[in-house]
Amino acid sequence: MYMEEGFRLFPEQASSVAPRVDALYTFLLCVSGFFTVAIFVAIVYMAIKYRHGRPKDRPHPEPEQLWMLEIAWIVMPLALTMVMFFWGAVLYFEIRTPPEDAIELQVVGKQWMWKIYHPQGRSEINELHVPVGRPVRLRMISEDVIHSFYVPAFRVKMDVLPGRYTTMWFEATKPGEYHLFCAEYCGTEHANMSGSVYAMTPAEYAEWLQGAPAETETAQTAGSKLFTQFRCHTCHHDDSELRSPPLAGIFDKSIPLADGRMVRADDSYLRESIVNPMAKVTAGFQPVMPAYQGQLTEEQLLLIIEYIKSLPPRGARGDAS
Amino acid sequence: MTNPSAPGRNYLNVDYRFRSWLWTTDHKRIAILYMISVTLFFLVGGAAAVLFRLELMTPRGDLVIAETFNKLFTLHGVVMVFFFLIPAIPTVLGNFLLPMMLGARDLAFPRLNLASWYIFMTGGLLAIGSIIAGGVDTGWTFYTPYSSTYSNTNVMLAALGAFVAGFSSILTGLNFIVTTHTMRAPGMTWFRLPIFVWSHYATSIIMVLGTPVIAITLLLVALERGLGFGIFDPKLGGDPILFQHLFWFYSHPAVYIMVLPAMGVVTEIVPCFARNRLFGYTFVAFASLAIAVISFFVWGHHLFVSGQSIYAGMIFSVLSMLVAVPSAVKVFNWTATLYRGSVSLDTPMLYALGFIGLFTLGGLTGLFLATLAIDVHVHDTYFIIAHFHYIMVGGTVMGYLGGIHFWWPKITGRIYPEWWGRLSAGIIFIGFNLTFFPQFVLGYLGMPRRVHEYVDEFQVLNVMSSAGASILGVGYLIPLAYLIWSLRYGPVAGPNPWRATGLEWQTQSPPTTFNFETTPVVTEPPYHYDPGDFQMERIEQSPGAVQGTAR
Repeated sequence: MYMEEGFRLFPEQASSVAPRVDALYTFLLCVSGFFTVAIFVAIVYMAIKYRHGRPKDRPHPEPEQLWMLEIAWIVMPLALTMVMFFWGAVLYFEIRTPPEDAIELQVVGKQWMWKIYHPQGRSEINELHVPVGRPVRLRMISEDVIHSFYVPAFRVKMDVLPGRYTTMWFEATKPGEYHLFCAEYCGTEHANMSGSVYAMTPAEYAEWLQGAPAETETAQTAGSKLFTQFRCHTCHHDDSELRSPPLAGIFDKSIPLADGRMVRADDSYLRESIVNPMAKVTAGFQPVMPAYQGQLTEEQLLLIIEYIKSLPPRGARGDAS
Repeated sequence: MTNPSAPGRNYLNVDYRFRSWLWTTDHKRIAILYMISVTLFFLVGGAAAVLFRLELMTPRGDLVIAETFNKLFTLHGVVMVFFFLIPAIPTVLGNFLLPMMLGARDLAFPRLNLASWYIFMTGGLLAIGSIIAGGVDTGWTFYTPYSSTYSNTNVMLAALGAFVAGFSSILTGLNFIVTTHTMRAPGMTWFRLPIFVWSHYATSIIMVLGTPVIAITLLLVALERGLGFGIFDPKLGGDPILFQHLFWFYSHPAVYIMVLPAMGVVTEIVPCFARNRLFGYTFVAFASLAIAVISFFVWGHHLFVSGQSIYAGMIFSVLSMLVAVPSAVKVFNWTATLYRGSVSLDTPMLYALGFIGLFTLGGLTGLFLATLAIDVHVHDTYFIIAHFHYIMVGGTVMGYLGGIHFWWPKITGRIYPEWWGRLSAGIIFIGFNLTFFPQFVLGYLGMPRRVHEYVDEFQVLNVMSSAGASILGVGYLIPLAYLIWSLRYGPVAGPNPWRATGLEWQTQSPPTTFNFETTPVVTEPPYHYDPGDFQMERIEQSPGAVQGTAR
């Protein structure tokens, strides 16, 4: 596809969706190419054939023929664009819907860097190491303005918003180093908010995960320290049923709210309950928790949530007694 | 062969005092005021583009620093969108021609028309003021919370400029709608209106309905930035996506404000130089209205990767696809108008045919962006830049230049030099494609927009693009020179050098202040051209028009 190293017409295909996006792209290229050439040829041909000064006997077409023609060129583009729509929509649904078994990484974007946390504790800046052949899900949030996480070789991109988690996923298929860009203009050094994605064999990835510097603490440990530092533990401790809802094992459970609704305790709910606890108060508890809006960075919030998610369900002891 | 002599009294020489221009209520003089204004804004916006294209010759930021680069592309976007592309055709050609095509003496509200120009200039000077005060670095899209909280540049002043200029748009739109409804000459039924009028009518509807939304949106940004109201910044309890919805609710229809009038221009030029009636008049007329209506329901295609729900994305995708239908109808009908015509390739026709080709490519690449899975990859890359420049430069600017050449004899009473006209049309076409075609490739390769440094492998295509931009720049300067030259030295045009139909050609060039000696009565449909009559009549009419043609 390319003439020489360094000059290409198509980017590398390194994810499970890349060849399928390229196939759709090729279809659109063919349709567009056909119509562009057809219009161009028609104009040039008629400009020459019917050039002025040429002797002519040129009756106009009958009006009935015109109707048929007009209907034809209304229906034809409609049909073609509907094919594009369905093909694009089906693939988009897949691109936006992560598989259940994906590895989940946490991404924080800020002016002008990417910070990424791996589940086993290793974190990295402006680099992303992933295994090939396994779906990887990124849960992303921004500390400041809107960014956009973009890996051209994977054909995936998603905006990274302040105040709200967004997710994207991909499955790398080919080991190698690929560009990582910020695609949404985010201020002065936007151009340099970039880095590399390293797709590795599973064995290499496992080795890489082990290779963290000795003093590195896991997200959970760091979260646990913050949990203490911000005095969360004074209310949310093991025997806290009276003052606060128990946190152990709460993740992904359905929670009844004071106003009668039910809510799933996912990342977004946990985050909201820290920054703005009054929004969705758990049934049976007083709305007494102070709001942490503006006191915690998104990175700290993320670590605390990782800590909460890591707490073992209070299975045996709590339920049996 | 008689050489027509210039008419004695006309709207240009009726009064030479400076005051007579600044206080004029003549739609034609106001059009001239706008022409000078938008040309100056075009030069400012173009100069910024020249600088950042120079910077992008190399992967490293070696000509300007990042802050300057960001201010340059913002300046380019703000000035070109709000002060050239949106106003250019409606306020110059529309102002001049709409009353004449209807057979009217002026617009319905002549003083309001003058007020529009003053409001426009106020907005423009505020925007220029924001540059002099140090510039703005948000991009023309003003995305929050960057614009409302984080940027340390003159956002308020630039937003105020766009806000103020919006009122000028609303008033012009209102004026056009009322004029079209109430001031048509006897016999000028709706289906005898030139498509130029239909296009401006559709454009005016968008201006009147859409512009207030951008005004409110910019006001909300100002409230958040100046007074700390929490509307868009989540730290203040706001929602940044709300801004994108509001912004694109106007700014997507605004794309059609830019391109619909150009379609109107092309629809006047093609039948005239094909000596043929317009193919499918009714379909072309309703296609303009269909585009105006659909344009209000597609804004969400700017948010496919912004965190909008998957299902909202699908709805906006299918609605966006529908725009292709009326657009395709227009392209096919223009092309079919050549069929069994008598085609001559004078400068306006070269621009019009160039428009058809470039708009076709621009429109088709729009389908890539409406296709969800492809947009995920190319969103916010150079693919988008290429696509909308094919529409806005390949479409609107080509249409504007074609229209300026076509009606130049009417506006000034003089003929421009045809050889130079064709030369520069060719240079612009080549320069344009060399500038923007490589950007499609760059975008699919993954180069993000709005970057002042990029990875080395993108350099070849960027150099091609910058080289094209320099050709394009020269192409734009040539008409500026020869059009000014022709004001004094161009051959006298006579009332109708192109032998065109349309009421504007049935009066002297330049027209008198009140356009027509007596109110014209319309008895025929528009575009009643006959392929047999062109060449002979034209030579009788105007030796100037065939000067330089080698046939």
